[in-house]
Amino acid sequence: MTGLPDRIYIPGDSAARSVGADGVADALAAALPDSCEIVRNGSRGLFWLEPLVEIDRDGVRLGFGPVTPDDVADLVATGFPDSSHKLALGPVEDIPQLARQQRLIFARCGLAAPSDLEAYARSGGLRGLEVARTLAPDTIIEQVKTSGLRGRGGAGFPAGIKWETARKSSGERKYLCCNADEGDSGTYADRLLMEGDPFTLIEGMCIAARAIGARHGLVYLRSEYPDAIRTLKQAINVWREAGHFRDLVDGADVDIEVRTGAGAYICGEESSMLNSLEGKRGEVRAKPPIPAISGLFGQPTIVNNVLTLGSVPWILAHGGEAYRDFGIGRSRGTQAFQLAGDVARGALIELAFGVSLRSLIEDFGGGTRSGRPLRAVQVGGPLGAYLREADLDVAMDYEALAEIGGMLGHGGIVVFNDRVDMAHQARFAMAFCAIESCGKCTPCRVGATRGRETLDKIIAGDEIEANLDLLQDLCELMTDGSLCAMGGLTPMPVRSAIERFPEDFTRLAAE
Amino acid sequence: MPMLIDTIDDATARAACARLANRPDALIEILHAVRRASGFVSDAAIATIADALNLSRAEVLGVVSFYHDFNRRPAPRHVLKICRAEACQASGGEAVATRLESAFASAADTIEIRSVYCLGNCALGPAALLDDRPIGRLDPDALIDELTVSGVLSGGVE
Repeated sequence: MTGLPDRIYIPGDSAARSVGADGVADALAAALPDSCEIVRNGSRGLFWLEPLVEIDRDGVRLGFGPVTPDDVADLVATGFPDSSHKLALGPVEDIPQLARQQRLIFARCGLAAPSDLEAYARSGGLRGLEVARTLAPDTIIEQVKTSGLRGRGGAGFPAGIKWETARKSSGERKYLCCNADEGDSGTYADRLLMEGDPFTLIEGMCIAARAIGARHGLVYLRSEYPDAIRTLKQAINVWREAGHFRDLVDGADVDIEVRTGAGAYICGEESSMLNSLEGKRGEVRAKPPIPAISGLFGQPTIVNNVLTLGSVPWILAHGGEAYRDFGIGRSRGTQAFQLAGDVARGALIELAFGVSLRSLIEDFGGGTRSGRPLRAVQVGGPLGAYLREADLDVAMDYEALAEIGGMLGHGGIVVFNDRVDMAHQARFAMAFCAIESCGKCTPCRVGATRGRETLDKIIAGDEIEANLDLLQDLCELMTDGSLCAMGGLTPMPVRSAIERFPEDFTRLAAE
Repeated sequence: MPMLIDTIDDATARAACARLANRPDALIEILHAVRRASGFVSDAAIATIADALNLSRAEVLGVVSFYHDFNRRPAPRHVLKICRAEACQASGGEAVATRLESAFASAADTIEIRSVYCLGNCALGPAALLDDRPIGRLDPDALIDELTVSGVLSGGVE
């Protein structure tokens, strides 16, 4: 079947734009009649297919991709054929890498323009907030506790318990802060949601605000995400105009403000983020007190990651029990796994906890893009462990990863091929910590620089055994003595690289 | 005759402070506004902001120097931010960065290369940001050609 559609979709997402979506949109606008509406939707998160053009034919979304501006004339001339065209992908929902996902947070991502509130409501949005409006705050918190939802920023703390603490704390005012400072390399889920379906985050924040009694919401969004800042601000305005902020906390309205970060990785650490939100240097605070008791401006404050808050609308709409049915062990619900690096089909894969790392990389990711053998995988961002091919059967959940000396972090998975030099990766971990350390505590501030220098010596072949011993001592000190996870976890990639790839550290000694 | 710092007033910074109600907690937003308008954060801007927000200049400078985004010298007309973090390293980003650094060396007055750590485009690396334009699967030769044609690297390449 062919014919020009009434409506055509080309993502306005920054990842799609980075590979030419704007040029495709311009070519479509020039080639199609005015009667055809061009929608700049969010991305589906199937990045190897971007720019992914979709048309609506009899209620089915058909995909074409990756499309270049030069392909547009041919697609229009042939009337977007269902299957015979070389770029035709068939129904988007049937693409195996999407069809096999369990999308709860990302269910609506990429379906419509990110500021289209009617489309949001038509596709299941707003139901969670409608339920929450009928519930007392304590009942909302009970639902979240039942769901087993844990913090998706990396620490994995039970969200319901955090909310309960803030609810019970007294203060002049309470704050809800959304941590959208997604600085981990290999992660982009927060960005994808904020650019593709920002209402899900806003709805989650409204529910959280009602539960803890906070009228003031802030989103701390990194400056490296200019498109997400623009899209989220626009969506907040639409939400406010529609009246959905009204009458949420004891009859009072809620509002959300977007604050821009300024290029400091450490501001993803919650206490550093709170200082930054107060207009200060993003230095880490000592705990206790925890933010739920004394956070922003000394008031009870909840800091939750984008995906934690983004999970909440589904939990309220379907109930905590239903959410709990996904996942294994103490890791309940779904996780947004993000495939990155040398991977053939880079994509966001939302699935229940417990899927194996191998399945994510091989079945979903299609192995390496370069075709070279996989050698290492870093899971959980720059502070996560490097794993070997032999580790790939690990189940992806908080506890199973911890058992093999790794961590889930924010769900980033970076694939390296056999050209990687693990001594250089270990050095980079220390160098990155030295660049991004806030400087507050000595183990991190000084340790990272000494660690980088020691690795330089090892790489140069200078007293390798003695320097490796020294490095292990330093790693132990940083782990035990640092104030926050930056200094405390930088040893994880370093030690895992030494333990799993010793040959890369002793090669010079052998020569 | 030395200029008294108290007599320096930066109109851009003064306006940015006023727009955000002279709130000290809005300091980072104010600095972003100054950076966008002036291209950098000058001594005069720091003095003006300190005055408007009732902070010491040392406090403002402390914040400016903490964050990578705030440069203290005028930036060239174009800035290319190249991601140097792990996912882009795994996609061959280091070789791309090295190639661009040498190609741009003679055009340092018009375009500056900055290293950044993650642009959130990790499935399409190597990633970069040319001013506000995201670039995925960064092809150094294509970018050099484009910037040569547009005059940014006029005559300076190779």
